[in-house]
Amino acid sequence: MSTKINAAPHAALSLLKRDLGLSLTRGGGPLLAVGFYLTLMAMIPLSLGSDSGTLSRVAPGLTWLSLALASLLSLERLFERDYEDGLFDILRLGPLPMEVIALLKCLAQWMGTGLMLAVLTPFVMIILGAPVDAAFISLIAAILGSLSFAIIGGVGASLSLGTRKGGVLIALLVLPFYVPPVIFGAGLMQAYLTGAPVVQALSLLSAYALFALALGPIAMGAALKSALS
Amino acid sequence: MSLSVTLDNIGLKKGYNLLISNLNLEAKNGDAISLTGQNGVGKTTLLRAIAGFFSPFAGKISASDDSGPIEPVRFRTELIHYLGHQDALSPTRTTEQELRFQAQYLNANENNYQFAVQYLNLAPLLDLETRLLSAGQKRRVSFARLLIAQRPVWLLDEPMSPLDADQRDVAARLMQDHLSDGGIIIAAVHDPLPFETRIVHLTRPDVKAQEAALVD
Repeated sequence: MSTKINAAPHAALSLLKRDLGLSLTRGGGPLLAVGFYLTLMAMIPLSLGSDSGTLSRVAPGLTWLSLALASLLSLERLFERDYEDGLFDILRLGPLPMEVIALLKCLAQWMGTGLMLAVLTPFVMIILGAPVDAAFISLIAAILGSLSFAIIGGVGASLSLGTRKGGVLIALLVLPFYVPPVIFGAGLMQAYLTGAPVVQALSLLSAYALFALALGPIAMGAALKSALS
Repeated sequence: MSLSVTLDNIGLKKGYNLLISNLNLEAKNGDAISLTGQNGVGKTTLLRAIAGFFSPFAGKISASDDSGPIEPVRFRTELIHYLGHQDALSPTRTTEQELRFQAQYLNANENNYQFAVQYLNLAPLLDLETRLLSAGQKRRVSFARLLIAQRPVWLLDEPMSPLDADQRDVAARLMQDHLSDGGIIIAAVHDPLPFETRIVHLTRPDVKAQEAALVD
């Protein structure tokens, strides 16, 4: 019986490992999102002019906007490839419920691309003129934000599963739900830069990530089951 | 252990179309059932319903063993193998990565993996990315799953179609071994399997039944 009890965590670990490997290698992996993010940030001084006063004022807001957009890029292939390959037929016959399968896939995707983007965020902000001492708080905020983006994005990806080239549909579905983290994240940075307390914005950002973690898997599970029936 | 799978008066729909109605079927240890019928009659849909991927529109699919009825979730997650049209292999991963993942995910032990590789002669394919494999080779890799995790009920969708003559012999031997160990095989086929099976011929429901199902 002991093997039965261990089956689920064992399976979860193997799925996480597999998907992490795939998210790092397949279709350019994190390079695509990272390249997009950096290119977008490089274009900001070109479009707004190089006045460092202007840039440092808009840096947090634009960084968060770019982070949200870069997080959209890899969503289309989150479930689509495995769906087309028929891999879900194996996954459903294993010990994990669909909700957990979906959550693990999102987490693997997040570790593969979202975390990379989050790690780059402080650098990008500093390059645009934010003070160096804001690096740590912006990293924390970007990690929380990219986690919310990954899971909310997973809900969009699961809902559009089976529609050919659902990328734009996913963007339309999830962008409204990307608004709260963008507001809290950019607000957090503004608060920090003006010397106001950051606890409030940080709590709301964390609350949103937890909200996504708690409810996202239920929605993804239902959407995947209906797409796969 | 005695195991039986029972389909009790089931009806299956795909979209609004009624594909199968009033089908009764019982499979016990050692039974091999061939589902035949023209394209689009619902063979794959029936296999997927038995696998528990969706619920039938009418009737009930149940399984039971010595100790009574088996919960549908346990039936799906511990007792069934489903081999579909698609071979469920990620194109950019090697055969070995995929097989090892399946072994871990389905909680199989290392010996079974070695045994499967040997039995199906997969050693030359292990280092290849699965996108490089031919259709027949992919199917052989899929068959490995049946040996890697030991589960009594095999649901096979056209298992033989891409295989060459030699590999068909290997697959037939594999299936016969499974049956003599008390396993159950339900397979959708066009060419009959090379051993004795019970043939269930599926036909379209009559127009009256189809119309009645539209209303529900």
